[in-house]
Amino acid sequence: MSSPTTSHPELLRPRPVPRPGNWVAAAIVLVLVAMLVNGLLTNPNYRWDVVGQYLFDERVLRGVVWTLLLTVAAMALGITLAVATAIMRMSANPVLQGVAWVYIWFFRGTPVYTQLVFWGLISVLYPRLSLGIPFGPEFFVFDTQDVINATVAAILGLGLNEGAYLSEIVRSGLNSIDKGQWEASTALGMKRSTTLRRIIIPQAMRVIVPPTGNETISMLKTTSLVVAVPFTLELTFVTQAIGNQTFLPVPLLIVAAIYYLVITSILMVGQHRLERYYGRGFDGNDVTPTKKGVGKRQQAILASGTAKGAPYLDVTP
Amino acid sequence: MIHADGVHKFFGDLHVLKGVDLTVERGEVCVLLGPSGSGKSTLLRCINELEQISAGRMWVDGELMGMREVVKGDQVQLHRRTDKDLSRQRAKIGMVFQRFNLFPHMTALDNVMEAPIQVLGLRKRDARQRALDLMERVGLSDRTDHYPGQLSGGQQQRVAIARALAMDPQLMLFDEPTSALDPELVGEVLGVMKELATSGMTMVVVTHEVGFAREVADQVVFMDDGEIVERGTAAEVIDNPAQRRTKDFFAKVL
Repeated sequence: MSSPTTSHPELLRPRPVPRPGNWVAAAIVLVLVAMLVNGLLTNPNYRWDVVGQYLFDERVLRGVVWTLLLTVAAMALGITLAVATAIMRMSANPVLQGVAWVYIWFFRGTPVYTQLVFWGLISVLYPRLSLGIPFGPEFFVFDTQDVINATVAAILGLGLNEGAYLSEIVRSGLNSIDKGQWEASTALGMKRSTTLRRIIIPQAMRVIVPPTGNETISMLKTTSLVVAVPFTLELTFVTQAIGNQTFLPVPLLIVAAIYYLVITSILMVGQHRLERYYGRGFDGNDVTPTKKGVGKRQQAILASGTAKGAPYLDVTP
Repeated sequence: MIHADGVHKFFGDLHVLKGVDLTVERGEVCVLLGPSGSGKSTLLRCINELEQISAGRMWVDGELMGMREVVKGDQVQLHRRTDKDLSRQRAKIGMVFQRFNLFPHMTALDNVMEAPIQVLGLRKRDARQRALDLMERVGLSDRTDHYPGQLSGGQQQRVAIARALAMDPQLMLFDEPTSALDPELVGEVLGVMKELATSGMTMVVVTHEVGFAREVADQVVFMDDGEIVERGTAAEVIDNPAQRRTKDFFAKVL
């Protein structure tokens, strides 16, 4: 603060410490990048002409749309299941706790590929689905094939598997909220469900969103496994099929890789925006919630504000 | 208003409250004093059932907290209240915490509006008006749109008081409301509490502010080791204690 009587001081402009290492590193990286680009562009085996030819091929574009549809549908199913099972595991009802635990145990403990094969075979294992009382009368009967086609099987397989992983992320998010928040809500007479919906989950989103974005990006590429169902319309299968027909697998792999990279980049932007949105009100230094189950040392690290974000499980399958 | 009758509390093997009897009349300000770990905060948390008592009876506003008595023939059984019933009981009791516990993702005004809308079912417009009035009462009309993280500790605690008052409680509990504050911010919070006491609110206050107890307490209760050692007016308990433990304590803090 300068008072009106004192003149504005001349600001210091010291010369920065020279950092020649930066320039050396830049030069080395520049050379390496030039070599890489040169190698990519001049190597005739990549067949960039074929890449260009198929980049906007109708079958490829349809494959991109199917991949996106599978990703969105599977994540929607996964998030729904994850929130439900995470809340079930925190419930006072031991039956719900047990059901959620077994769900996570099974779907996280078996390979997603195996699960997809299973969902593909379900109409062989159970030709008929019926709704009724066990050993008693049946009310509705379906042909399994009519209900669970390849698309549904792929979404169920991916979504159920993803839900088990996301459930742990959601649970760690819910547990990361200071118990003072529960106490304040309880003391105000708020019900458990209201507290979860209005107080705990909005705060936990800050912890839940970053790893969920990570999971979404991971899911984008896991969709390539649905060939196990078999589901044959998504990007990886379509490009491979074209590559095999034309005996040019490499350029079509590049086509697929380009699309995965583009979509991932778009998802990263979306994830960044979501993180900023859920960071509301957390900028003050004195609002560091104490994290349950975190050691004293890690708590000190968090309190220092040097490590922003939260300690979440990295659980990419 | 409050009638605790032989209240015991165990945390596992730890005997935290050892048969506490306490009566607080409507409109009375009761200040609980005593060394750390004497059970003051636990007693306070038993009043609104944030902790369940292990033995005895806790009556608030003529109702047994957390339980109800069911007469079966010539026997009286205790049944736990449902979550819904307990929420109804707690909604009548305001509580202010040492660490404020404001909702960090909501503005100060939204913090105050939240429970009246969600619990009392007030319309948004009415809750807003009530919240604005209360923010004025605690002297924070110019901070309604700030998030808790942008407020000082004293301001946060005053928002927390407004939030509790928004439920139109019959009783206010204060759990060391100034202990987490920088010394220069203590006065503004005590000021709001004094105004509240003058307005006739029934209050139970756990604090280390002996001056506050002298000024506004109708009843001062000194606790040590899970028991009430001495009770009476501030003049009796603080300035002229009869018991050794009380004398030792005030000799140290005064």
